[in-house]
This record gives sequence, structure tokens and C-alpha cells, in this order.
Amino acid sequence: MIPEATTKTTYQLPIGPIHPALKEPVAFEFEIDGERIVDVNVSLGQVHRSVEWAGMRRNPIQILYLAERICGICSYCHPMAFALAVERVAGIEVPERADYLRVIQAELERICSHILWAGVAAHEIGFDSVLFLTWQMREKALDLTEYLTGNRVTKAITMIGGVRRDITKDMVPKVTETLNYFKDNFEKLRHIFLDDKTFKMRSQGVGILTKEDALRLCACGPTTRASGVKKDVRLDQPYFAFGDLDFDYVTPDVLTGEVNGDVYDRIIVRLLEVKQSIGLIEQCLDKMPAGDIVSEPKIPKLLATLKKAKGEGIGRMEAPRGEVFHYVKLDENEYPYSWKVRAPTYNNIMPWIPMLRGEQIADIPIVAASTDPCMSCTNRVAVVDNGKKYVLDKEELHRLSVEKTRRLMA
Amino acid sequence: MTKQLTPEEIVKSFKDEFETKIKYARIEKHIAGTKKNELIHIWMSVDRSVFKNVVKHLMTLEEYPHLAVTSGYDTGKTIELVYHFSIYFGVRYREISLNITVELPKSNPTIETITDLIPGALITEQEKQEMLGIKVKGIPKDKRVFISDDFPKGVYPWRKDETGPEKMARNLHEVKK
Repeated sequence: MIPEATTKTTYQLPIGPIHPALKEPVAFEFEIDGERIVDVNVSLGQVHRSVEWAGMRRNPIQILYLAERICGICSYCHPMAFALAVERVAGIEVPERADYLRVIQAELERICSHILWAGVAAHEIGFDSVLFLTWQMREKALDLTEYLTGNRVTKAITMIGGVRRDITKDMVPKVTETLNYFKDNFEKLRHIFLDDKTFKMRSQGVGILTKEDALRLCACGPTTRASGVKKDVRLDQPYFAFGDLDFDYVTPDVLTGEVNGDVYDRIIVRLLEVKQSIGLIEQCLDKMPAGDIVSEPKIPKLLATLKKAKGEGIGRMEAPRGEVFHYVKLDENEYPYSWKVRAPTYNNIMPWIPMLRGEQIADIPIVAASTDPCMSCTNRVAVVDNGKKYVLDKEELHRLSVEKTRRLMA
Repeated sequence: MTKQLTPEEIVKSFKDEFETKIKYARIEKHIAGTKKNELIHIWMSVDRSVFKNVVKHLMTLEEYPHLAVTSGYDTGKTIELVYHFSIYFGVRYREISLNITVELPKSNPTIETITDLIPGALITEQEKQEMLGIKVKGIPKDKRVFISDDFPKGVYPWRKDETGPEKMARNLHEVKK
């Protein structure tokens, strides 16, 4: 059909502020031509909770517990990055054993997060049996987290100058047992995600982020590594005990010999990182020196030291999704003078624009999910077509995505 | 790629290029792990007039410097922004963090955009505009990003003066039920 000259050929499709594929509420405005995305506009900030403002009215120990609540999945990275920044300002040295314990917790969180992500990615394309399989595995990771920290989600393990709980000799067998369970099941997971025809059809050549765009837009974490950029704070500027351990950058060419920067490559990177994390925890258990787990166990004494500290410091950590960055300025006061939190998704928002341009509406969930933005659920999509507004709910968009999978399989 | 400089050489190259416009520069070295590998953080304060050229100079050291974020705070008479860059990533142990502080007077809190050099700086520049009440000259998208559109104009959450949000905050025990 030839469109009339007066007809507008593109229409607007707003998605968000809250949407199943997006953990942090973000609003997209898509310019759509038929099924194809012509342009994307992203606007943020639907749930700004003034965490930084609240932090400037709390002492550093209280902030640890506030920082833990910034993100449910990175509930270890945020307080730890904050602790790193404060330790650098106050000149607190962390005991060697604590450095190793910190690595173990960080890598366990990465395993947990990546497996959770794998399940959500499978769900987005309508492969729900894989969602159940991966989340069954994640349950084991959560059980181990609970065993080591006492909590399943907000771990409360961080302390300025160390960690709060040790891993004693009698705890090691349980850790090894869980790691062996992951190793046994890893092959199954790898086979499903990397060899399955459906997964390949939906993820190869979709949502491409070129290396140059990744660098120019300051992307971080698996999103940038999948585009072939070697950027991983654990290796670039090793903190904790990462400098002692044997591992390397994970880019998709390690497995396939080429870098495409598509959704498939982001799956490869995350899967290989799960395997890498298992290895890192094992290395830590082997090499961990004996000694203290925290430099100053008396909290009032620690607070008195921090009250005298003056200066500014940064804490950088490679969280599951990318670099977590905390800036702290102390000025000999009970509360910090300034605190800035930068979560990885902050930098992975801009790369969505080149990723989504030229894709289909049905690809939005998997492409958006492929950067692993913090995920939560519910909401609806309003489609504005010729001024008439109708609502596409979560199920409808999900149905479109599932239908595309079926169509490709037929 | 150009030759990687040591932290001392980096500071020297900036000082040679901008002389007195670099107000101070210090190199911080931290250690981690049992092997005691070094983490290098460079802190520099530069004059606002040369800030953009400083970023351009930085791009001669590394083609694509990574901008993590810009921090900012109110010091009373001025607003200070801290641009957190990192360069030389991709090789183990080699990355250097560069934190560049710029001071803006409250009477004229403007700074030039760097989005033409580093497009990824857009969100953080927008955030600084709304949180600290500064003006980024030449920003491609002059809209609020984190604060909702119905938030009152002229209130800047990170300010510590009369334009700060203090009067909007109430303690729960003071709220009449």
C-alpha cells in the first residue's frame, strides 16, 4: 500500500517509566516505523530516592547499611565501594585475610547476579523452562550467601577496615560443595544458552553495540566487554586480593574468536564470568592467609578515627553489571561532607540508543535486558497512535516477544 | 596507541601544558592484597578557563578516556565539580584514575560541556545542572534527568545554602497525622 503524502509514516511508542525488562524505572520514547525502531530517547529518574542526600546526614557506619539498600542484587558492592573510599581517606589498612574474604563475597554475588540475569533473559524470549532451571541454581547461591553472611539479600557483611564474618575451616566443605554443584551444572547452562537454536536466532546480530560506541559512551561491565573493550576494574586496577589471583579479561572472542557486540556476545561474557568466579573463589580458599578479618573491631573507636579524617577518596569496584563508583569527601565531621554514588547502569543507559536503533518492537525486552539493568516487574506500555492512546501491558509486550520466537522457529 | 606515561610524567605533562592554571596536583598510591600491588589515583585542581583544554590534553594520552561520573559539592562560596576519569585500562595493573576538580563561583556557575569530546558525559552533566544549579554551556539536551518535572524550580538538592532542599524536608515525628 502506498501511504498518502499527508500520512505520518512513523509513530511514537513510549515504554516505561516502569517496565518488566527494566529494573530501575526508565522511560523510553521510541520513534517507530512499522515494526522497526527509527530512534530512541531515554529519560531517567522516576524513583530518585535522595540516597546521597540522606547519606550526608548519617555517619559512615550507618551509611554502610543505607548503601546496601541502593540495590538488592548489588547489596555487597555498594557498601564495599563506599568502605574502600572511606578507608583511602582515613588511611585505614585492611588485613590480608579480609582482602580475600572480600573477594569471595564479591564473586559469590557475581555468580548469583549472572545466573539470575540468565533466567530473566530466557524469560524475555519466552523460554520459561530455562528460567526455572537457572533460578533453581541461583537458589543454591542464595543458600550459600545465607550460610556465609546470615542473610540472603542485604548481606550486612561489610565493615570499614574489613568484613564482619570470617569463613572458618569447618565452613569450607559447604562452600566447595556448592561450587561443585555449579561446576556440574555449568555445562548444561552453557549448552542451553550457547548452542540452542532459539537462543541463537533471537540473540545473534541483535542489539549491536560497536567497540567505538562502547568507548565513546563510557559503557562499563559485561556490556562493554561484549563489545571487545578490555575493561574490568578487577584487572585494570586490582583492589582487594584480585592482584594476587590468576585470571584474565573475558571478551567473547575467548570462546568464538570474534567480537560482534550483540546480545549473544553479552550472554557469552556473563556465562564465562560465572565460570571465572567459581575459579576465583576456589583460588581464594586455597591462598587465604590466616589473620584478622577487620582492622578495628571496636565500632566507637573506628567512628572516632573517622571523625578526625579529612580529605577525599574514591572507591571503585567491579560489580556484576559493571563498575560501581563511590566518591566520598570527609571534613573532620561526624557526617561526610559529600557522597556520590555511581551505579553501573548509569553509564549503560546511553549505549541503549545505538543498540535499539533499527531493531523491532519485539526485540525491545531482550535488548534492554541484555545490559542487565536492575530488573523489577510490572507496568504497562502506552502506545500513542495518531493521538489515540491505548495501552500495551506487560503481558502484551511479552506476548509479542514470545510470538517472534515462535515465528522464527516455524 | 601512544606510549603510556608514569603518573609523575602525566602530572608533569599537564603542568608543562597549563602551568599555573593547574592549582595543585597530587599522586596517591594505595596498596592491595598480599602482593601489595599499587593503585594510582591522581588528584588535580584546574582553573575553569582551561578545563576543556585539559580534557583535550587528556585525550592525547588516551584516545577514549573513561569518564565514570562527575561528583560535585557546595563549599559555601563556590561549587566544586570533580570529574573522575580513568585511562590506560585494558592492561592488568596499569589503569590510572584521574580526578579533576574545577571550582565554579556561585555568582557565575557555568562550565563548558564536554559531550562533544566524550558523548557519554551527557547524563552526568544533566544531573549536575539540576542537583547543583550550575549551567553547562552547550549541553545538547537541556532537560531534567533525575528530578521530576513537577519538582519546584530554583531548589537544588545538593546545595547547602538557601537554595538547598532543607525547607522541603520534614522529620517524620514532626508530621501531624
